[in-house]
Amino acid sequence: MKAVTAIDQLAESYDLVVVGAGPAGLSAAARAAELGVNVLLVDENPAPGGQIYRAVTMTPVTDRNVLGTDYWRGAEIVARFERSQASYAGSCTLWSIGPDAAVPEGGGFEIGLSLDGRARLIGARQLILATGAQERPFPIPGWTLPGVMTAGAAQIALKSAAIVPAGRTVIAGCGPLLYLLAGQLAAAGAEIVAVLDTTPRSNWLKAAAALPNFLRSPYLAKGLRLMAKARRSLRFVGGVTGLAAEGAGKLAAVRVERGGSITTIACDTLLLHQGVIPGVNLSNAAGCAHDFDTVQHCWVPRLDDWLTSSVPGIAVAGDGAGIGGAESAALRGEVAALSAAHRLGRFDARERDREAEPLRAKLVRALHGRRFLDLLYRPAPQFLAPRQDETIICRCEEVTAGQVRDTATRLGVTGPNQMKAFLRCGMGPCQGRLCGPTVVELIAEANGTTPAEVGYYRLRPPVKPVTLAELAALPQSEAAVKAVVR
Amino acid sequence: MSAQRRSADVIVIGGGIHGCSTALHCALRGMSVILLEKDHAGRHASGVNAGGVRQLARDVAEIPLSNASMALWHRIAELVDDDCGFTCDGQVLVAETEADLEDCRARVDDLTLRGFHHEELIDTKELRRLVPAVSETCPGGVVSRRDGAAIPLRATQAFKRKAQNLGATIREGVKVEKVSQDGGNWRVTTDAGDFLAPRIVNAAGAWADRIAADLGEPVPLEVIAPMLMITTPMPAFIKPVVIMRSRKLSFKQFGNGTVLIGGGYSGTPLRDENRTILDWRKLATNARTVWDVFPIMRGVPVVRAWAGIEARMPDDLPVFGASARHEGVYHQFGFSAHGFQLGPGAGAVMAEIIATGASNVPIDGLGITRFTQQAH
Repeated sequence: MKAVTAIDQLAESYDLVVVGAGPAGLSAAARAAELGVNVLLVDENPAPGGQIYRAVTMTPVTDRNVLGTDYWRGAEIVARFERSQASYAGSCTLWSIGPDAAVPEGGGFEIGLSLDGRARLIGARQLILATGAQERPFPIPGWTLPGVMTAGAAQIALKSAAIVPAGRTVIAGCGPLLYLLAGQLAAAGAEIVAVLDTTPRSNWLKAAAALPNFLRSPYLAKGLRLMAKARRSLRFVGGVTGLAAEGAGKLAAVRVERGGSITTIACDTLLLHQGVIPGVNLSNAAGCAHDFDTVQHCWVPRLDDWLTSSVPGIAVAGDGAGIGGAESAALRGEVAALSAAHRLGRFDARERDREAEPLRAKLVRALHGRRFLDLLYRPAPQFLAPRQDETIICRCEEVTAGQVRDTATRLGVTGPNQMKAFLRCGMGPCQGRLCGPTVVELIAEANGTTPAEVGYYRLRPPVKPVTLAELAALPQSEAAVKAVVR
Repeated sequence: MSAQRRSADVIVIGGGIHGCSTALHCALRGMSVILLEKDHAGRHASGVNAGGVRQLARDVAEIPLSNASMALWHRIAELVDDDCGFTCDGQVLVAETEADLEDCRARVDDLTLRGFHHEELIDTKELRRLVPAVSETCPGGVVSRRDGAAIPLRATQAFKRKAQNLGATIREGVKVEKVSQDGGNWRVTTDAGDFLAPRIVNAAGAWADRIAADLGEPVPLEVIAPMLMITTPMPAFIKPVVIMRSRKLSFKQFGNGTVLIGGGYSGTPLRDENRTILDWRKLATNARTVWDVFPIMRGVPVVRAWAGIEARMPDDLPVFGASARHEGVYHQFGFSAHGFQLGPGAGAVMAEIIATGASNVPIDGLGITRFTQQAH
C-alpha cells in the first residue's frame, strides 16, 4: 500500500479509483492492485475499515469479546489491502464525479478530491463506488433533543474511541443490527435499561415463506446467538407501535406506545435504529439510474451482473449496491474489481468469468436467507412516514412531517424535487441523506402513490461540502498545480 | 374533463415562468388555454435560476418589458395568490475600479436622457452602507432600489396553479413533437395526441428553436447551462443582490443565511437528456471572484452546485412578439440567462398582443425578424 498524505502526492490520473475503505472498497482495491491495475482508494475516515470494521487497526477497545469475532475479521481484509500496491488516501473526501471532457463517454472521469484543506481534480478511467450503507432515518417526535442519537453513531464512538453512552440508555427500533448493537454496548459497560422492538408482529407472517431458506443460511446461528445473548441479559419490550422522545431542552424519558397502552421510561440516552439502507448520494449525483427495491424498501442503483451502473465505467459494490452485509460486500468488491480490470484490458472475458465463478458461489451462500431478514425487519409504516405533524423530518432545515404532507396535498406537489422549492427539505448540507427516504414516504402516502412513483431527489455535487477557499485555490492546469501546492 | 381538452383559443408550448405567465394572462382575458410542458412546470431554467428580480443593468431594448414586469412583481401575491418568496432589498452593481465607475456614470446618464430613472449612481460611502462586506477598494456603483429576488420554482408553480384555477388546461409530461398548419388552426402534435388552436405561443426555452424551425423561422439559438453554487448558512451580512461591472458575478444571501453564487459561467448542457455537466474549473474562477470581493466568504463550505438548461441568442436579447411569417404564431423565448424577472410582465404583454393585436409596452428590437430577415 502506498499512503497518500497530501493532495499533491496524487497522480494526475489513475486506472481505477475506489471510493470507500469498508470491506467492499478494500477488497476491490486489493484485488485490482493484485491484477496490476494502477488503483487509488480514497476514504474520508482517518483509518481503513468502513463502518463495520471501523478503526479495526487502531481501536482502543482491546477486549475482543466486546466487539465480537466478526469485527476482528476485518483485520485480515485490511492486512490484504496493506500488502497490495494500491495507493490509499485516508481523510480524503471525494466531492464530485463528472465525465472527463477529453474522452468519449465512459472513457474516463474527472473527480474532485479534497485532502487536508486543499482540493484537486484528477482523472479516473474506472470508478468503483463502495460507500456502503447508512442508517435508515427514524424520525420520531423529539428525536432532535440532545441525548437522542442513532445506534450507529453510538457504535462509531465505541469502536473508534471506546466511548459508551452515559447514564440510563434505551435502544429502540428494528433490524438484525439492533441486537448486535445492544449486545456490544452492554458488553462495553453501557447501562441498557430497555431494548424497544418496533418490528411489526404481522411481519412474521409475511416473512414465513422465506423462512426455509433462512434456516439453511449462515445468518441463523449467528442471529440466534446474538438474540439469545441479548435477551438473557437485557430487558426486551416487543410490539412497540409508537415512540416519542420527551424532555425540556434535553432528553428525560421515552414515551412508548404498545397498541393502546402507553408507558414512559426515564432515560439519559435514547439510541434509535431502523435498519440500514444503501447510501445513494454519490451514485445519484454521478447520474446512475436507481430503482426502488420493494423488499428492502429503499432506493438502490440499477446494476448488471458485474455491478456496473447505468453510467459506463461506474460500478457500485458493497451495501451501497443493496444491503447484503460485510461478507457479501467483500465478495462484491472483488467481482467489481475483476470487471474493472477486464474493461481496462488486464484480461479477457473468459478469464474474468473464471476468476469470478468461486466468488459468485460464495456470494450466493452469503446472501442466502437475506430475504427473510428483509421481510421480517421491514419497518412499520408509522415509522417510515411519521404520523405526528410536529415531527421534524429534515434536520438541516427543520421541516416537519405536517409541512410535507400539507404541501403535497394542498399544493399538489408530486415529487421531492418540487418539494425542495417550497420547504427546502433536502437542500441542507446533508443533501437529503437524512430526510430523503421520509419525504418520499410522506409524499407517496399523501398522494396515494408509491415511493417508486414519487421518485427521489436529483442530487448535485459537491456531494460533500468543499470550502470556497478550496475551490478558489483549485489548480487550473498542471503548471498551476505546482504553483498552488508549492 | 379539462384534462381531455384538445382545442382552445391559445396553446402555449413550454411551462417555464414565461409560458405559465402567458397562460395565466390569457386566462385572465377570458381566453381558453392549453399549456403543454414536456416535464413539469419550472423543471428547467425557470425553476433553477438565481431568482434575481432585476431591472438593473438591462439592455435598453428590454427595459420597458422589465419595467412592466417589476410593477407586477410588487403585487405578485395579489396576482398569483403566493408571494413567491419575493423580497425587495435592491440590487447593487459594484464598480471595482475608477474606470468601472466612469462606465456606470455614463450608463446612468444615458438612461436619464431616455427617461428611465430606476438606476442610481452611488459613491463608495453609499456602497459601503448598502454592502458593508464588500472589499474596501471598490469606489462605488449603481443601485436599483426596487429590485430584489424571489424563489424561482415556487414562483413558476404559483403562475401555473393560478392559471389552472382560472380554467387553463395544464398538461405536464406532454412532449411536443411538431407544429403544423391545419386550415385556420395550428396543429400541435405531441406524444399524447394532437392539439388544435388558432393561436400558439412558442415559449419552449432551450427547445424553442425546434418549434421555430418547424414554422420556417430558424433561429441561431445557443443552448447554455449557467451554473450556480450555494453555501452553508452565514450570519446575515448582506441585503441587496450584488452584481459586478467587469467580472461575472451574481451574489445574494437568503433569509436563512445561505449564500448563492452565480454569474453565468456555463457548464455543458445535454438538452436531449435533460441534464447538465458542471465545469469545476469555471466554478473555481467564480469562487475566486468571491474570494476577492467578499473576504468574509473565504472559509465557507459550498454545499451544492447546479446548472439549468436555457437558451441564449447571439445578441443576448430575447425573441419576443408575433411571428414574422404566420398569423396566430407568437414567440417568447431566448431570454439569455436573464428572463426570470421578465416573466410576469412578458406574459401580460403577450396576452395583450394576442387579444388586441398590440401593446403600449414597446418591444422594438426584440422581434424574430432580426434573425430571419437575411433569409428572405
